[in-house]
Amino acid sequence: MSFVDILHIIIPSMIALAAPLIFTAIGGVFSERTGVVNIGLEGLMVFGAFTSIVFTLTFGDALGGLTPWLAIIAAMVVGMLFSLLHAVASITFRADQTVSGVALNFLAAGLCLFLVKLMYDKGQTDRISVRFNKTDIPILSDIPVIGDIFFSNVYVISYIAILVPFIVWYVLFKTPFGLRIRAVGEHPMAADTMGVNVSKIRYLGVVLSGAFAGIGGAIHAITVTNDFSHSTINGQGFMALAAMIFGKWHPLGALGAALFFGLAQSLSVVGGSLPFFSGIPKVYLDILPYVLTIIALAGFIGRADAPKASGKPYIKGNR
Amino acid sequence: MSKRTVNLLVPIIAVLLGLLAGAIIMLVSGYNPILGYSALLEGVIGNEYNIGETIRQATPLILAGLAVAFAFKTGLFNIGVEGQLIMGWFAAVWVGIAFDLPAGVHVIVAILAAAVAGALWAAIPGILKAKLRVHEVIVSIMLNYTALYVTNYLIRNVLTDNSDTTERIAETASLRSEFLSSFTDHSRFHWGIIVAILGAIIMWFILEKTKTGYELKAVGFNEEASRYAGMNVSKNIILSMVISGALAGLAGAMEGLGTYEFTSVKSGFTGIGFDGIAVALLGGNTAIGVILAGTLFGALKMGALNMPFEAGVPNELVDIVIALIIFFVASSYVIRVFLERKKRKGAK
Repeated sequence: MSFVDILHIIIPSMIALAAPLIFTAIGGVFSERTGVVNIGLEGLMVFGAFTSIVFTLTFGDALGGLTPWLAIIAAMVVGMLFSLLHAVASITFRADQTVSGVALNFLAAGLCLFLVKLMYDKGQTDRISVRFNKTDIPILSDIPVIGDIFFSNVYVISYIAILVPFIVWYVLFKTPFGLRIRAVGEHPMAADTMGVNVSKIRYLGVVLSGAFAGIGGAIHAITVTNDFSHSTINGQGFMALAAMIFGKWHPLGALGAALFFGLAQSLSVVGGSLPFFSGIPKVYLDILPYVLTIIALAGFIGRADAPKASGKPYIKGNR
Repeated sequence: MSKRTVNLLVPIIAVLLGLLAGAIIMLVSGYNPILGYSALLEGVIGNEYNIGETIRQATPLILAGLAVAFAFKTGLFNIGVEGQLIMGWFAAVWVGIAFDLPAGVHVIVAILAAAVAGALWAAIPGILKAKLRVHEVIVSIMLNYTALYVTNYLIRNVLTDNSDTTERIAETASLRSEFLSSFTDHSRFHWGIIVAILGAIIMWFILEKTKTGYELKAVGFNEEASRYAGMNVSKNIILSMVISGALAGLAGAMEGLGTYEFTSVKSGFTGIGFDGIAVALLGGNTAIGVILAGTLFGALKMGALNMPFEAGVPNELVDIVIALIIFFVASSYVIRVFLERKKRKGAK
């Protein structure tokens, strides 16, 4: 097996596995940049995965090829709705943000399985038959070697996932809206004094995180698992959280980290069949993203500092 | 209304609101809530077997709740109880299988091994927090997954020869009891409940009656003031995580030495560690509160299993109720404001 052959196996699966992580990590960036910790990303992904699968099973025959795209939009809306719970609890009711996120994870797991049993009378859904088709990206796939490895036989949505962080980077760092988001996350009192509505921006941040995590969960369900059960989303939300931190709360950093974690996951799935990688016990690849995140946090790879006001409710007039 | 009454009322109101919301969900989904909840109650206290199993279910929940509560009391959020529990479970079963010790001694060594394993695993976020100011929540979440994969690997490659389930632990290391089991119609009720109650007493004693406990709490309240008063802040943060982790490891021992008597490769978390967060919050982070809340959640989880059979209600309804209870307790600010207003109106 030549090196190029190995890349042929690993790269497409890496990009496919990274796409849900990228979207969800971007969601995390929005929430934390406004100063709200969102441990509930995992639960929001569960809502997204559940919605997309139920949508596809219900409307797949009628809508045909458009179904996966509409399913992702539906998942986005549901993600936004449930992220409101986290927003209300942690912004308006001043609940501990971590606790509220944990509650959201509990709720997602319980409610989605409850609904699956209510609707289908069994513990997991049928497999969906309408999925994304793998395509060759025009022009780019004609580039010799690289075109074959990166741009042939891929999901279009994966490439949208790679583009999104660049747009988010522009919004966060080059627009007045982005400046407000960052100001509220770093120093809410200063932002408030300048006439920025702290609560409103924080609500927006959390709801955006719900939208992106919903999309992430939907992509994972549609492209990777193809059905919904208790194990459809199995730690991807926490891995996205890790990617966000490893990427130092920066959209492009999160993109890089998510791609890297996608590579680790892909190696742990297909690595056993490849020369060289088959010698490495799978456990090292499994724990790699988590251990790297701890090392990054400990500051061995440069400092990784959270937005200053992250985790603290803003109470007007308090110093 | 005194502060004490309010503190007591908040969890009770949260539980009632949670159950009420559960009833509404059942109504909307076309189930009969009265039938649903009576099935739940039946599953908890319907017969001796169910009572025994409820206590069995509550045992690790109480210890996990104590672990979370201990850390909370000292200003730390130990979301890594799940991982520490998995390590404790593994260590207890390993000692139970690999060692050959006399009855009585063996079980104690196995329990202590679980506590040490949990304590060591919790020391990692403790040290990182104390020395490098890294937030303990993220580190412990990452360590939860690390624990899951590492123990799965060790079960396959060290405890067994590529098998998914270990052999049973030696009888000398078991917490099972003929006596407790026969008197609850062959349930898996085991001696672990005594460990759980001892754990609660030890936590209360350390926090309320010792100088160490005073320092731990002081550091949680105000690090700067504690440092100024001459306390060693780093040492106290690490110590707090270590004690919390030891309690979490004990929760794992309950599963490994009592309920199952083996360990197996896990595809996902046990959930007990995360439930511990709910237990601690509802119990107001006090020893007695955690025992009560752990028993309540143990009962809800046990009773839930009876709901599909007797009322056709999916048992996940209880998970929804528990999630809502956490939301309500976490948002207790609102409940408190409401109670305060009522008090003011009453005064007029």
